[in-house]
Amino acid sequence: MNSTVTTGTETSVWGGGNQPLGASYGKMMMWFFLVSDALTFSGFLAAYGFSRFKFIETWPIADEVFTHVPFFHGNYPMIYVALMTFVLIMSSVTMVLAVDAGHKMKQNAVIWYMFATVIGGIIFVGSQAWEWGTFIKGDHGALETKGGRILQFVKADTGERASLADFAASIPDDRIIHERKNGIWFFQEPSLTSVSLAEVVEGFKADSNILIRTEQINEEGEKTLLDRKASLAKLAEATQVVEGANLIHNEYGSRLFADFFFFITGFHGFHVFSGVVINIIIFFNVVIGTYERRGHYEMVEKVGLYWHFVDLVWVFVFTFFYLV
Amino acid sequence: MADGHKLEIFRGLVKFKSNTQKIWGVLAFLTLITAVEVVLGIIKPASLTDTYVLGMKLINWIFIILTLVKAYYIAWDFMHLRDEKSSLRRAIVWTPIFLVIYLTFILLVEADYIYNVYKDGFVSWNF
Repeated sequence: MNSTVTTGTETSVWGGGNQPLGASYGKMMMWFFLVSDALTFSGFLAAYGFSRFKFIETWPIADEVFTHVPFFHGNYPMIYVALMTFVLIMSSVTMVLAVDAGHKMKQNAVIWYMFATVIGGIIFVGSQAWEWGTFIKGDHGALETKGGRILQFVKADTGERASLADFAASIPDDRIIHERKNGIWFFQEPSLTSVSLAEVVEGFKADSNILIRTEQINEEGEKTLLDRKASLAKLAEATQVVEGANLIHNEYGSRLFADFFFFITGFHGFHVFSGVVINIIIFFNVVIGTYERRGHYEMVEKVGLYWHFVDLVWVFVFTFFYLV
Repeated sequence: MADGHKLEIFRGLVKFKSNTQKIWGVLAFLTLITAVEVVLGIIKPASLTDTYVLGMKLINWIFIILTLVKAYYIAWDFMHLRDEKSSLRRAIVWTPIFLVIYLTFILLVEADYIYNVYKDGFVSWNF
């Protein structure tokens, strides 16, 4: 019952100065908001789990999707996301240090720690934008069948992924993007793929070193590789070339994976973005001495709670999107 | 609150001299856990991926448990729940935990059922 006991000097409970649960009004409201926001994110992640369990045998393997690091060529699964995670945790640390310095009323220290926090947040949002860009642009390209299944290509001798451009034949074609301005009616289409379906099919038939990899995950936890004969049979089912990922087509596999990726990391990225904006506002308030005059730095503590929450959510997104 | 920081973590096993020191200590611990997760994720030891516990790969259990450990230290030390009244802490922590367990249980069981419908039922999807 320690939470409801009033201090002895207080004559009236309604007189103010009373703090239920020992937290100030603003801090408690921040916690309420965070709890409800946590439930929103849980709903998203649970929905992701639902879709994943539904298509458990064909779900994309994250290690094969997120393999790039900016400024470096090659195959580095997870490294960049791990770095992003570290950046976010690090900016969380500078935030706690800012709160700690605020308790001690050290204005200059708060300024510098807040500044570092904002920088960390900006680096993280930038990284996420880059990650989106890489994901949307795509990697090797794939074919999509009539049933919406994705067929990827692998080099038989090395076992590496083969890009469409590696083996596609060159068939001269006059097909150009149909734009609104040359239509009789208001028709337009998305940009054409770099190679056409016919070119991929011809190139595949000519190059016996290329095999098809289906979405199906086998006993070893890897995608199933078809032999040459089965590959040729499967190729006949393809209806279009897919390069990159968007909400409708996804060269990495299940389109739901892309949908959830955009939705959940986008929602989280939006949180980080608003966190950065709020942090900047508080930063300037600290600089002009608002909290020094107010006598306490509780505002820093409250935005700190929000900022840590963003970090907390990322820890879960990291696990369920990239690790598990 | 300002001076009332609880400075020991791991149930009193490690005790820090100041709040600042505790923050760096927790950072080191969180970084270590993240590093372990990444290394396990890249290597994927066969002994962990081939063992199933309660229908899920052992490695995934390890990832989820490590994540919860990380979440605990972020909430307890960075969001200083450790220094709050236990009533506030319980209200914040147990409400989502209860609801999330409930929701994931329902959704995952249902998803598994749909998976079996696709697999064994007369539904053609691979064409």
